[in-house]
Amino acid sequence: MQQRRDLNQVHTNKVLLNGQLNVPKWWAPTVALLGIMVLIGFTAIGIMVNKGLGVTGLSRPVYWGLFITTFVFWVGISHAGIMISAILRLTQAEWRRPVTRAAELLTVFSLLTALFFPLMHAGRPWRIIYYIIPYDFSRGIYPNIRSPLIWDPVAISTYLTGSTLFLYVALIPDLGNLRDRTTGWKNALYTILALGWRGNPRQWQMQTIGGILLSALMLPIFVSVHSIVSWDFAIIPSVEGWHSTIFAPYFVIGAVHSGVSAVVTMMALMRWLWKWDDFIRPEHFDALARLLIVVATAWLGFTFLELIFAVYGLDAPELALREMQIFHWPWNLLFIIFLFTGYIIPVGMWLFKSVRSNIALMFWSSILVNIGMWLERYLIIVPGLARKQPFVFTWEAYRPSGLEWLILVWSFAWVTFLMLLFSRFFPLVPLFEQKESQVFTDDVKIGRAKVPAIIREID
Amino acid sequence: MTTAEFGKQNWGMVVDIDKCTGCQACVLACQSENNIPLNTQNRFERARAISWIRVERYWEGDFPDVHARFIPILCQQCENAPCEPVCPVYATYHNSEGLNIQVYNRCVGTRYCANGCPFTVRFFNYWEPVWPDSLRNHLNPDVTVRSRGIMEKCSFCIQRIRRGVRTANKENRGIVDGEIQTACSQACPTSALVFGDLNDKESKVSKLKNDDRNYKLLPHLNLEQNVTYLAKVDPEKKIESHSEEAISHE
Repeated sequence: MQQRRDLNQVHTNKVLLNGQLNVPKWWAPTVALLGIMVLIGFTAIGIMVNKGLGVTGLSRPVYWGLFITTFVFWVGISHAGIMISAILRLTQAEWRRPVTRAAELLTVFSLLTALFFPLMHAGRPWRIIYYIIPYDFSRGIYPNIRSPLIWDPVAISTYLTGSTLFLYVALIPDLGNLRDRTTGWKNALYTILALGWRGNPRQWQMQTIGGILLSALMLPIFVSVHSIVSWDFAIIPSVEGWHSTIFAPYFVIGAVHSGVSAVVTMMALMRWLWKWDDFIRPEHFDALARLLIVVATAWLGFTFLELIFAVYGLDAPELALREMQIFHWPWNLLFIIFLFTGYIIPVGMWLFKSVRSNIALMFWSSILVNIGMWLERYLIIVPGLARKQPFVFTWEAYRPSGLEWLILVWSFAWVTFLMLLFSRFFPLVPLFEQKESQVFTDDVKIGRAKVPAIIREID
Repeated sequence: MTTAEFGKQNWGMVVDIDKCTGCQACVLACQSENNIPLNTQNRFERARAISWIRVERYWEGDFPDVHARFIPILCQQCENAPCEPVCPVYATYHNSEGLNIQVYNRCVGTRYCANGCPFTVRFFNYWEPVWPDSLRNHLNPDVTVRSRGIMEKCSFCIQRIRRGVRTANKENRGIVDGEIQTACSQACPTSALVFGDLNDKESKVSKLKNDDRNYKLLPHLNLEQNVTYLAKVDPEKKIESHSEEAISHE
């Protein structure tokens, strides 16, 4: 670990609350611009619901396309939260502290965005509510619990509930802090949200226990959410490229890969936009990049394992699908871009320590990963449907319509918009975690250098 | 004969490929019987045409000994249907008559069933269906016009089945074989499509199902289809050549 500055609590409070108490100048124009993009996106969704799915590029047999890809992508991004805040908390990785809240926030907002896609993607979205909340008891028709489309909302809403609680529990001490520094209606709002936080020992104990319990309770979700999303595809016996037993772990590890990369992107932005150089430091990027090398390599293993299974089985339709996915236009171009952006370029970069602690390079490499991970989902979902099928002579490549691309762009604008809106009212870096880590560190002399050492985390 | 009862039949079809000439009369009959919207050029170009039964053409043999073959593909009414378990709202389910039912009112249009179907015989209404004014009075009053955003597929002309069983019931008799016909089997000039009750061992369809030429499509998926096929008889070929691979016996 590098040497770091001794930050006193007054300085921490002042810098980390600049998003709320001392709003940066760029905030209002950026939010206005994103707001316009969000409005355009909602208009596009409105047009689609009004006119019907004919406005998309979907056809027969490519019934699922860009929307389902983007749904899986955002659910994947949401794995950042659980990875950073639950797994790293339970394994007592000290460097997680400044990013826990942002990661958890990314989880909540990306899940909220992901939920939009399957809903608006249905032919009659206004009827979907029936299977998510089965109100129609009178006719004795209950949703079909054998369908993965029932498991999906269960898994995702569990995750959303858990993440929201986790976010809120960790926010309470900071809300108390904000309450004491504001006046007027803001003070009233923070007073209600802070739930009477006084910072006495009992409250701290409750808050800590609550956080640890939620981390542990959410661990199964880490495995379940993306496994269930992968079963949307894996349980279909008749689609080659979908019907695979390794999909659950493959999707989970891929989700961690894209989620943690998204956290890196977000950390770089936070450091640049709010000038939190003292808090989000190169060593954090270094630690995340080292984690990512392991995750990415495991994920690449699964990618090739899937291909090896196909070759090993020597099943002619499966082989034909893989051939199309890898060698036939336009999938071959996408496959090469996917392989280079998803693994070869970023991991090749992260092997060097100079890259790992260079924030700009980390930012761009993490964006590459998410381009690659989006393409990965696209390359799984669409070729499986667009392949040559027996008895169907209308196969064809699917071309997303302009409206679908617009809605894809909307999803990114929407997540950013929500994050920025949140940052206006709540601190993105947990103040108390930051101070706690200061309290728990001590200087140890190694030779001439004074190096901070962590005494302990929580008893 | 005993009285016809609802739910006691097992409806099935046998398609004799040897008799199929590829004339598409079944396609047209289905189109007008079941209120299927007109398949315009644009719909074909966007690969969104709806046709509950279609005649696929394929080529058999190597040059110069090449033959055009036809195979009518319709919903196979699988007993182990991949489309049924994946529907979240039970819009598609299996009834006691061996029919794969599509309930339009329940359908929310996830299109999950269509992804599961290995025969791609499930169709999505991407647009609200429209007919020219001249065709408005041609719509079959017994069949629901499907709105946009829902799936549809071959129903084995369930309106005809219901009417046939009801009539037999009223006249206090059993169902006579051949009395109930789907639109496609009725229209087929060569009687390549044979429809009937598989529970009635004396019916034509039951006998054809026990024929040596009978086989199922995609047997490796174990779908237990109620629509089976009779293999093509090629007089120029020796009988051994299409025994093992081409035909899978029951």
